[in-house]
Amino acid sequence: MLFAGTPFALNRIELIRLLVLALLLVFLLVGTRRLKLVPGRGQVVTEFILGFPRNSIVIDTLGEKDGRRFMPILMTVFFVTIGMNLTGIIPGLQIAGTSIIGIPLIEAVILYVVFIYAGIKKHGGGFFKASLFPPGVPWPLYILLTPVEFVSTFIVRPISLTLRLLMNLVAGHMLLALCWAATQFFLITLLVTQGQPLGLLGLGTFAFGVVFFGLELFVALLQAYVITILGAIYIQLSLADEH
Amino acid sequence: MATGIDVVGQLAPLAFGLAAIGSGIGVGIIVGKTIESVARQPELQGRLQTLMFLGIALTEALAFIAVGVAYIPFPAPILP
Repeated sequence: MLFAGTPFALNRIELIRLLVLALLLVFLLVGTRRLKLVPGRGQVVTEFILGFPRNSIVIDTLGEKDGRRFMPILMTVFFVTIGMNLTGIIPGLQIAGTSIIGIPLIEAVILYVVFIYAGIKKHGGGFFKASLFPPGVPWPLYILLTPVEFVSTFIVRPISLTLRLLMNLVAGHMLLALCWAATQFFLITLLVTQGQPLGLLGLGTFAFGVVFFGLELFVALLQAYVITILGAIYIQLSLADEH
Repeated sequence: MATGIDVVGQLAPLAFGLAAIGSGIGVGIIVGKTIESVARQPELQGRLQTLMFLGIALTEALAFIAVGVAYIPFPAPILP
C-alpha cells in the first residue's frame, strides 16, 4: 500500500490502473501526433489498432451517422477495458485492473445512461412506451410481457454487463494464481528442498499455467470486444425505428 | 437416532456447477450451429463469427454470475 493511512491510500490494483491510464494516454498522444496522408510504419500500427474497434464494432453496428455520434464513448470503453484486462497476464503485474468491481461497474453505468439517453433523445417518452409495451401484441399479454421487458431491459442489462466482465477476469486470475502457486509448491518446495519425486507434478501444473496464459490473453481481448459491441447494440436497439 | 449427514462447507461451488451445465449446453449449441452455417456458406464466416462470440458472451454470463454468488455475504445458513 502506497500512502497507507491517508485518504489517498493506493493498493496494487489502483497503482496498476494509474499505470495503464498513463500508458494509454502516451500511446494515444504519441501515436496520433503528426499524422500524414501516406502513413509511416508507426502510423500503420496506430491506424490498425484504432481502426478495428472503429470499423468492425461501432460503424458496423450503428452505421456511419450514428456511429460517429457515439464513437468517443464506445472507443473509450474499448480501450480502457482492453488496457485494464491485459495487465492480468503481464508478468510482474499479474492482476487485471478490471478484476475488482469499480471499473466494470462504472463502464456498465456509463453504457446504461448512454443507451437510455440515446432512446429519449430520438423518441422522447415513446422510448419507454416502446420498450415496455412492444407493439404488435394483443393487449392481455402486456400483463405478462411488461414486467419481463422491464426487468430484462432496465435491470438485467447493467448487472450482466458488470458481472460478465468482472467475473471473467476474477476467474481467470484465480486459475492463473492456482497454476503458478502449485508449480512453486511442487517444484521448489517438494522437489528441490525436500527431494521428493512427487514434485515432478509441478511440470504438469506449469504446462497448465502456460495453456491458461494463452486462454486469458484470448479472454482479455474477447471481453473488451464484447462489452463494446453490447454497448453499441443496446444503443442501436434504442435508436431503432420499430421502438 | 441419527438424523442424517451433516454437510459442512459452502454451497457456492454447487451453484456454479449447476449453472455451468446450462451454459455449457448453450455454448455448445451456438458453436455447433455456427460451424454448420460456415460449412454451408463459407463466405459468411466473418459475420457469423461475430454473432457467435456475441452469443457465447451472452450465454456464459449466467455461469459467471454463478461465480459471483460465492462473494455474496449471506447472513446465516439457509438450510436448517
